[in-house]
Amino acid sequence: MENMINLTIDGVQVSAPAGSTVLEAARLANIHIPTLCYLKDVNKIGACRVCVVDVGARALQAACVYPVSEGMVVKTNTPAVRSARKTVVELLLSIHDRKCLSCVRNNNCELQDLCRDLGIEDENRFAGSVNNYEVDVSPCIVRNNNKCVLCRRCVAACQKQNVGVIGTVKRGFASAIGSPWGVKLAQTGCVGCGQCIVACPVGALKEKDSIEAVDKLLAAGKHVVIQPAPAVRAALGEEFGIPMGTSVTGKMVAAMRRLGFSKVFDVDFSADLTILEEGTELVQRLTNGGVLPMITSCSPGWIKYCETYNQDFIPNLSSCKSPHEMGGAIIKSYYAEKAGIDPRDIAVVSVMPCTAKKFEAGRDELSNDGMQNVDEVITTRELARMIRRAGIDFNSLPDEDFDSILGESTGAGVIFGTTGGVMEAALRFAYEVVTKKELKEVEFHEVRGLEGVKEAEIDLNGTKLHVAVAHGTGNAQKLLDSVRSGEKKYEFIEVMCCPGGCVTGGGQPIVKADVRAGVNVSALRAKALYDEDAGKPRRKSQDNEELKVLYSEFLGEPGSHKAHHLLHTTYRPRDKYEGIR
Amino acid sequence: MPDNKEKFEELAKVIEELKDQPGALMPVMQHAQNIFGCVSLDVQKAIAEGLGVTLSEVYGVATFYSQFKLKPAGKYLISVCLGTACYVKGSQKVLDKLSEELNIPVGDTTDDGNFTLTATRCLGACGLAPVMTINEEVYGRLTPEAIPGILAKYRE
Repeated sequence: MENMINLTIDGVQVSAPAGSTVLEAARLANIHIPTLCYLKDVNKIGACRVCVVDVGARALQAACVYPVSEGMVVKTNTPAVRSARKTVVELLLSIHDRKCLSCVRNNNCELQDLCRDLGIEDENRFAGSVNNYEVDVSPCIVRNNNKCVLCRRCVAACQKQNVGVIGTVKRGFASAIGSPWGVKLAQTGCVGCGQCIVACPVGALKEKDSIEAVDKLLAAGKHVVIQPAPAVRAALGEEFGIPMGTSVTGKMVAAMRRLGFSKVFDVDFSADLTILEEGTELVQRLTNGGVLPMITSCSPGWIKYCETYNQDFIPNLSSCKSPHEMGGAIIKSYYAEKAGIDPRDIAVVSVMPCTAKKFEAGRDELSNDGMQNVDEVITTRELARMIRRAGIDFNSLPDEDFDSILGESTGAGVIFGTTGGVMEAALRFAYEVVTKKELKEVEFHEVRGLEGVKEAEIDLNGTKLHVAVAHGTGNAQKLLDSVRSGEKKYEFIEVMCCPGGCVTGGGQPIVKADVRAGVNVSALRAKALYDEDAGKPRRKSQDNEELKVLYSEFLGEPGSHKAHHLLHTTYRPRDKYEGIR
Repeated sequence: MPDNKEKFEELAKVIEELKDQPGALMPVMQHAQNIFGCVSLDVQKAIAEGLGVTLSEVYGVATFYSQFKLKPAGKYLISVCLGTACYVKGSQKVLDKLSEELNIPVGDTTDDGNFTLTATRCLGACGLAPVMTINEEVYGRLTPEAIPGILAKYRE
């Protein structure tokens, strides 16, 4: 039994576990104390003072860090509390670029919420000097300090990722969030994961918008093919008021067609393709004495993290391109040939839960015959903006199916979007290859769930396969350190850059801090994918019929020369300090 | 940085000594500034690597506290007195003029490494207010107009 503490909050008796904060205890009494710098599991520093409450002490205290104690009497709604909160927000407004109408976070902004809830009437109460910062644009992320409220949630998110390329610089009125030595984000070891964006309460951080570039492709009369990643369908509905954890695959496909794309293919198909290539590579490494543990290569944030911070593990990375890059390569070769279209007239647009994919799409290595495999990458949020802009009533759309010949997928491809999913999909394939027996029970629950590092020992007919799964590069670092020191030994490792995996990637719908405090976003979105997997007639990548045709007609065998030419890639070490001078 | 090899070795020793202490960053940075005269980029990188913290963290601390210098002090250290008497006699205008002439903010060093501009408290020469010193040399009864001529002597 947990040690419980009894206290009174606004006259309500509350019993909260020892060690809780006043903020957490208040939620138990259904009182949501306003916050700004607080973000559950990410940032808890009591800096912004928006959450101040009266605990009977000499001064008001920050509820997000103040611990509960027996018999404590808390008042969260006194005139003094309301006045203090209001002043804090009015001071923030005095230096805030208040161009709300043109802000990407308009109507999804925690500062707007505070102004409304606290009854701010005068935006200019503390009008005075303002700073004028240059907007920093990287291939993935746009940082606008003029909209920053200095909550440091982005800094904490970046530190949690063990990247830490932004911090608070200078002091007093000049203090700002920035990269060391004033360099731009693109010059640092930023991996582009976008966890800073989904942590930001306002519009100070956003993805590098590619909608205009997609518009141009569509307007140029190209044969524009769109392909969404597995995790997109698990979250897109949230942008249209559909409850979190609802998969909207059919409506998403219908919306994409209505936006004018020529074909709607599925990255789930390419995920199945990835499994055949990656699984084959794993079996080859196991039998031919290759470099082990092999580590998955689907997550571009993770790839850049490995290239920058763990260069000794580059040989461990699977040579497989990420699924959507494989998809792009196949679209511009096999599909072009079948459809009788010059690949130079085809453009591939990927919809990703990810901002790092924008950088990935531009990598020289991810091209064939002088063409990038993928032309543009938009995030789930950008797709939602395109749908709204087109006036499409998303909720009323019928469910539609992906286009053949690259649209079929199995349950294994679906679960790629959550931590442990790539591992599970690979195991469903590797088991049958190694044992030459049919896998009856396809679910590997030991690699599911949200523990930072998961381990399992899989019995492949007597051969023991030691696997590990890490999500978030902070957890990945711990895992790699344990392998490097010799403490742990594995044959196969899955790493996803973002905490929770792609379902909570940096390109996904932004969930406000108050909501994140109450629900497990990663678990809910993952459930949408696991449910979809469970409902699929085929759940193993090797059973994908369209994929079988692709191999028999075009690629030959997994790992063939042609497959290598189109579907595999190389990596390079990067110096984290190179751009800082 | 081969010419600084000994200094970096000294810094490495300091880091080794302090790295297991909680809050080692500040004392290491203070030692580093004593060794190098500033915490330049290379010094900050060495500290970040040595302590296993990010460069962002080191740079954040270095820019938060005015005691830390990012560049080595210039050949000539200009200190303008902002004590009460000098201030009343217009030393702020003198300081502003210097900042304008040297094209650097107060606390910074010119790119050629010649001048560092700082503001100080009372120099004890109130009778000569407003006062500044350039290295050991004292200049009194200053006006902004006198500044270009004085700087010219050091620019040769």
